Amino acid sequence: MAAPVNALVELRGVAKHFPVARSLGEVVRGQHPAVRALDGVSFDIGAGDALAIVGESGCGKTTLGRLLLKLVEPTAGTIAFDGAALAGLSGEALKAFRRQAQLVFQNPFDALNPRFTIYRAVAEPLLNAGIDKSEHADRVAEAFRRVHLPDLERYLDRYPHQLSGGQLQRVVLARALVLTPRFLVADEPVSMLDVSVRAGILSLMREIREEMGLTAVYISHDLALVRYLCERTVVMYLGTIVEDGPTLEIVRRPRHPYTRALVAAVPVPDADQSRAPLPIIGSVPDARDPPSGCRFRDRCPHAFARCATETPPLRAVGEGHTVACHLDLA
Amino acid sequence: MAAAADLGPAVRRLVTMPLRDPFAFAGITIYVVFALVAVFADQLAPLDPLEILFTKAGKLAANVPPGPEFLLGTTNLGRDIYGELIHGTRSALAVGLSAAVVVATVGTVVGLVAGYFGGTIDSVLMRIADMALSLPFLPFVIVLTGFLGASTSNIVFAVALLLWPNSARVIRSQVLTLRERAYVEAARVTGASHWRILFVHIAPNILPLSFVYAAIAIGWAIVTEASVSFLGFGDSTSVSWGYMLQDAFSSQALSRKQYAWFVPPGVCIILVVVAGFFISRGYEEVFMPRLRGR
Amino acid sequence: MSVPAILEVDNLQIHYRTREGVARAVDGASFSVPEGKIVGLVGESGCGKTTAVRAIMGVLAENGSRAGGRVVFQGKPIDAGNTRPLLWREIAYVPQSAMSSLDPVYTVGEQIVEVLTKRGGAARSAARARSAELFDLVGLSERRLADYPHQFSGGMRQRAAIAMALALEPSLLLADEPVTALDVIVQRQILDTLRELQQRLRLSMVMVTHDISVVAYLCDEIVVMYAGQVVESGPVREVLARPRHPYTMGLRNAFPDLVSDAMELVPIDGSPPDLRETLTGCRFAPRCPFVETACLSHALAPVTTGGHLSACRRDGEADALRAAALRPSTWLRP
Repeated sequence: MAAPVNALVELRGVAKHFPVARSLGEVVRGQHPAVRALDGVSFDIGAGDALAIVGESGCGKTTLGRLLLKLVEPTAGTIAFDGAALAGLSGEALKAFRRQAQLVFQNPFDALNPRFTIYRAVAEPLLNAGIDKSEHADRVAEAFRRVHLPDLERYLDRYPHQLSGGQLQRVVLARALVLTPRFLVADEPVSMLDVSVRAGILSLMREIREEMGLTAVYISHDLALVRYLCERTVVMYLGTIVEDGPTLEIVRRPRHPYTRALVAAVPVPDADQSRAPLPIIGSVPDARDPPSGCRFRDRCPHAFARCATETPPLRAVGEGHTVACHLDLA
Repeated sequence: MAAAADLGPAVRRLVTMPLRDPFAFAGITIYVVFALVAVFADQLAPLDPLEILFTKAGKLAANVPPGPEFLLGTTNLGRDIYGELIHGTRSALAVGLSAAVVVATVGTVVGLVAGYFGGTIDSVLMRIADMALSLPFLPFVIVLTGFLGASTSNIVFAVALLLWPNSARVIRSQVLTLRERAYVEAARVTGASHWRILFVHIAPNILPLSFVYAAIAIGWAIVTEASVSFLGFGDSTSVSWGYMLQDAFSSQALSRKQYAWFVPPGVCIILVVVAGFFISRGYEEVFMPRLRGR
Repeated sequence: MSVPAILEVDNLQIHYRTREGVARAVDGASFSVPEGKIVGLVGESGCGKTTAVRAIMGVLAENGSRAGGRVVFQGKPIDAGNTRPLLWREIAYVPQSAMSSLDPVYTVGEQIVEVLTKRGGAARSAARARSAELFDLVGLSERRLADYPHQFSGGMRQRAAIAMALALEPSLLLADEPVTALDVIVQRQILDTLRELQQRLRLSMVMVTHDISVVAYLCDEIVVMYAGQVVESGPVREVLARPRHPYTMGLRNAFPDLVSDAMELVPIDGSPPDLRETLTGCRFAPRCPFVETACLSHALAPVTTGGHLSACRRDGEADALRAAALRPSTWLRP
């Protein structure tokens, strides 16, 4: 797949392995077991795009988000932001990157220092970026305006525990936006929030992205939510990409057997819905010792001999739609 | 500067806690009384405690029973026991407080650095802590003061050397948890430096723990000083409660039923140590709310 | 209704004493659980759904108490005083996080045996055989009985918790968000297991959840709670297809739907009222796009039409309101 000319983020063969405690036998045999959270992941994120990364817990999606923000370093492969490799960033260049790439957290109740007033929390990125104090109040007000928190004065001197979950997530968003970044990673930004609040935060995130021309990555386990946010979705399974394509295509015509199971498993708010058994076997295997060949093969109802010996590469099946499967399930 | 501002709520909790916990309140009261006694020792007992006193008749005022002239009587060498007790408060508090400051400071800094940076720094610091913890307490203090000289500051040094690992280890494990909190990660993403994260976002949360260990160190240091003095390895140029006990013991005060000589310093030691534990217990509950009501 | 109710909750009032006054967490909630049916209890956090379930079991927090109302189980009124002997044997509970109900220092098998022997009076050998049977029932290998809770994945722990709840063959299962913390595939597998067990063992079930889709998938009846009261209830198919209360309509709009064509989620503006304050009128009125002046002062007693209950003053216009509610602009605040 040819890289888009205007890619903001490029990943090439990115892997992240976390070492785990060794048993005595493994020490004797000189083995170094590791959780292979991410293995050989390559894709691009075009400037201004909204990309969803979807998968179950343990699929590596959160690790991927942390790698994109240089919070952890990859075991192998390279990640480039705006043409510059993240691994090489330090000093002023790293500071510049930190100003441009921000994170929205899953749990707004933990994302703000409980000892900081709301004003201090939102102004902290400005302080870290070395922006003159005289500008802080205006920039904070601007960020608050963007997240639709009216009557600013009501919030500034309060502490996080005095705010509701929805208000807190807006404050977290304001903190992420106060430096007017170009790139935003949101890790399950609404999964801890109440249903009636979720919709508001999601539409706010969409509005902000369009207004500020942000490039955004949403990490989520919920395909149903992602549909409202992102044009493109990457589906991950056990540290690898199994399918990548336009979100509506993936939701309506999933091509990979895993994506099919994922889509089929999502309940819909309608009493008349399919209750057919899921086309998937067993549960997620141990990430320390993933299956050979296709990692999904031992849960796949369509698996055959080749799946065990040959890792299926991502191949194009449609406009901007790739699938890692030996079969052509239409 | 920024760090100081963050201590606001923490300090407020430190100040308000004793008002809610009667034990801690008792502990604080005991400390306040002893502190006042130490400060006004010269007014309360104008006589030099080491001065050998004589009666009006010019005889050595030895073994005078308690009375209006000598409130607690005198020793067999004619020294004023009341004066010794009052001035002993000074050295006790000096030993206790300086040990507390050293233990809390070293333990906090080591715990913060080891827990936050991890890796080799952590391994090295924690192995040093393990070594310090494996030393036998009293023998080590005696040997060290034997080498360096039996001064009060050396006793403080020895106590601090032995006590910092306890606080460092507990603070380290707390830092390990705090390090994973989302708001600490948030600070990293927004470009905060390691030192800012450590002292602005993490340190205020472990401050109450530092106080707990400081309060515990006060008691340990005073008991240690008393033990060392009682065993005769103490600083012979200053009066302390341990020194008084040793003096009373070697002069067979018990067989002469001179209770006023050794009971008051013993009670004082118990009071100060118990007060330290009352206070630390109070702060432990502030810090670990799960303990409340148990 | 033709099916007799195994559980009836009538005008239940639960109060919590807080420093800022009494919070009426459940304030006059009524619903019933027909025998052999699954009832989904939905609402936002703080609407009283969990409190209601805990009150049924008679295990409220220390500062909570039942201030009124009746809970009738199998024809007999129950309260905190006489519920204890019924727990496990008649009424069993599946928590949201099985990790908190399983003791980390004992194997899962030992804990099930404990329930069977201590609560059920079974002999140890019989209890062991029965726990293997129970594991098989919920789809776990009996070899895993010897494992500790931390060796289980989230889905397996939830299965173990269900197995434990079923140990003494209860007739009513109360499940509080049993699949909320799980991944979607595991969630589906657990829901399928619950459905299968419920049919095979002819269980009655109350399922507390905030997820309308889960209710749609699993439940026969739905009870929608708002601010401590039941605002709408009835058969799931009927209520989701033709909601009569504006709150249910709003929830339905705010909920992501994988298959619909709508490209927008519509939030319900505002937040639930503070239950420590004295509330008059309809509790949803301040957030309701169809509010009229009278709604603020007078709450209407619920109206039941063909087994479908709704507590809205404008219930007569339900069809028109529903059509209006589908337009996102309806929910926008001026």
